[in-house]
Amino acid sequence: MSDETNNPVAPKIPTQPVPAKNLLEIDDVTLRFGGVVALNGISFEIKEGEILGLIGPNGAGKTTCFNVMTGVYKPTSGAVRFRGERVTGRKPHQISRLGISRTFQNIRLFPEMSALENVMVGTDSRHKTSVPGALFRLYRVRPKEEELPQVTASGGIVRTWQQVRRGFAKTFGLSRHILEERAAEDKAMELLRFVGIADRANDEARNLPYGYQRRLEIARALGTEPKLLCLDEPAAGFNPAEKEELLGLIRRIRDKGVTVLLIEHDMRLVMGVTDRIVVLEFGSKIADGRPEEVSRDPRVIAAYLGEPADAA
Amino acid sequence: MIDKIRDLDRRRAGALHSVGDRWRALPKWQRGLTFVAFVAFIYYLPLLGIPGLTWLRTDSISGGSNWAGVLFTCAVYVLVAIGLNVVIGLAGLLDLGYIGFFAIGAYAVALFGSVNSPVVKWFQAEFDLPPTWAVTWAICAFIALVMALISGVILGWPTLRLRGDYLAIVTLGFGEIIRIVARNMEGVTRGPQGISAIPGPEGPPSPDNQIFGLIDIKPWYWLAITVVLLMVFAVRRLENSRVGRSWLAIREDEDAAAVMGVYPFKFKLWAFAIGAALGGFAGFLFASRYAFIDPTQFNVNLSILFVAMVVVGGSGNMVGVSVGAVLLAYLPERFREIADYRWLAFGLAMVLVMILRPQGLIPSKRRARELKDRAAEAEEAPAHV
Ligand SMILES: Nc1ncnc2c1ncn2[C@@H]1O[C@H](COP(=O)(O)OP(=O)(O)OP(=O)(O)O)[C@@H](O)[C@H]1O
Ligand SMILES: [Mg+2]
Repeated sequence: MSDETNNPVAPKIPTQPVPAKNLLEIDDVTLRFGGVVALNGISFEIKEGEILGLIGPNGAGKTTCFNVMTGVYKPTSGAVRFRGERVTGRKPHQISRLGISRTFQNIRLFPEMSALENVMVGTDSRHKTSVPGALFRLYRVRPKEEELPQVTASGGIVRTWQQVRRGFAKTFGLSRHILEERAAEDKAMELLRFVGIADRANDEARNLPYGYQRRLEIARALGTEPKLLCLDEPAAGFNPAEKEELLGLIRRIRDKGVTVLLIEHDMRLVMGVTDRIVVLEFGSKIADGRPEEVSRDPRVIAAYLGEPADAA
Repeated sequence: MIDKIRDLDRRRAGALHSVGDRWRALPKWQRGLTFVAFVAFIYYLPLLGIPGLTWLRTDSISGGSNWAGVLFTCAVYVLVAIGLNVVIGLAGLLDLGYIGFFAIGAYAVALFGSVNSPVVKWFQAEFDLPPTWAVTWAICAFIALVMALISGVILGWPTLRLRGDYLAIVTLGFGEIIRIVARNMEGVTRGPQGISAIPGPEGPPSPDNQIFGLIDIKPWYWLAITVVLLMVFAVRRLENSRVGRSWLAIREDEDAAAVMGVYPFKFKLWAFAIGAALGGFAGFLFASRYAFIDPTQFNVNLSILFVAMVVVGGSGNMVGVSVGAVLLAYLPERFREIADYRWLAFGLAMVLVMILRPQGLIPSKRRARELKDRAAEAEEAPAHV
């Protein structure tokens, strides 16, 4: 177990001052696919500001749980509430705007779009420009000082032209489309930098290396400005060093004030970063508690027995 | 053999791509100048007399078609291709009934603009109007646009919840329905007799018309190409906006797009409506220029030809689909020998393109965003993960 010595589990960040408020509540959710019971009366809650781990053997229903939360599947019975509001029955894009975002276990980027554009699709969800706005650009907004066109030329006709443009923008405002476009691009670029893949911003997503694609998924999800970010096995296929980096990233996301729900097979990784863990098996919840408690729970040990604790 | 062709093709594709890249690398003013020169050349085309290029003209062969007339057809097809490209290339919706919108645009100007149309006759009788009264051409243009747009919404509303093959089948049916309705509702459309005396910018066709007549087609071409340029400009704006990104995201992965906050239905409906409006406007130009239409002109073959233009040219790329449209409209006119085997040739071309270059002749490549000095900035920034 050379990993152990080379990559000691990072010290656990002390939990933030008792986060009492429930951000998300899953209330007795059942989901059947014909005869298969994918989720069987699951209930748990996610508290604001925490990192919650969701673990369980293959086919336990973890991804299905994400799909129910994000509106991809409608539960057979039960409800999901987000900040006290019922989200079951809403469409995925509405839920996304409420503040739940996610990544996909089997990477689902927009392959022909650049990395930057992938993230911009996320940031777009907070914007309003539609066809008339993009076409006619009539809807105008008063720009802030730094958003005005800059006068950069030292003289001549170019300078005059820049001054005219600046004056025009000052008097009549800038089109909302242009301002939103800039904001989206800046925000997306910042997020690419945040996850550390800004050097390939203009590359098509399908041409990015695997590790970049995984992180691009996270950046895109963050683009929608979520309050709750659900990560579905973000470290799948990573080597220990990459996993360590990812841990750091997840913590930094939490420190930005985003609550994180993490599905992960690597027990060591989960133990190192989460504040609390929920364990599923065959669609039912079998444990829910602090990492130390859960790892001692006989049912959890039984569920994972025979599964050679992945990397740990 | 196939391998050899593939290899050749790959080299040519590489060359094409580097042309594109080099083009994008040029300073803005150089691109602007080149574009202006290109547009000037397009407007000059009907007069084409540069020695060494005159063989391009379709009237350079015996019994060849009117050169400006062929150019007009090319321009109309390009307009169709641009519209259909929004639907197929950007939003990823396979619409096989695009001819339906083309027909609606054509019938809009015929029914409201021609004194021979039963609709105009009804208006005359109902409101005591003189027998020469008809809706003016400019207003007909507006009516055509709006009718096509609305029919796009009406067709899209129930069908855009379907995916892939189902949508293709429903739209195919729609194209046929429009044609059959036009043939059978004799009280409104005069059925197979068709409608004549469809107006142009100068009013109903007559020998007194100074500019837009039936003999000299050049002004019609210039009108059509002006519309094309305006529409290219408009669609460009949409492509490089939140709307364009939403379309692409839906095309690439609809579920993932929805989870990222894109409302697929809304943007699919927009794509459908915009595509329909462009197709309708193309039909409007077509009907105005020929001054006569009948239902046989809008059969499903033409609909398939439209899809072929987009797919062969390079779905998703406006330059590509325009080239596809021009090739498919021009080649059979210039090379009469293939005209008889037109459909066979198209079929073969389609199959070849699908085998060798599934992305089309000039595949789409998202324009790299001009990140000003940001690219450099990003390289400096430490990857702090
Ligand atoms: N669309 C579907 N139709 C039918 N059955 C499904 C569907 N989606 C999931 N299931 C079933 O639901 C159960 C839970 O699947 P899920 O993907 O949620 O597991 P998981 O915990 O994410 O597993 P893994 O660790 O392998 O990702 C499985 O038995 C699966 O076969
Ligand atoms: Mg899963």
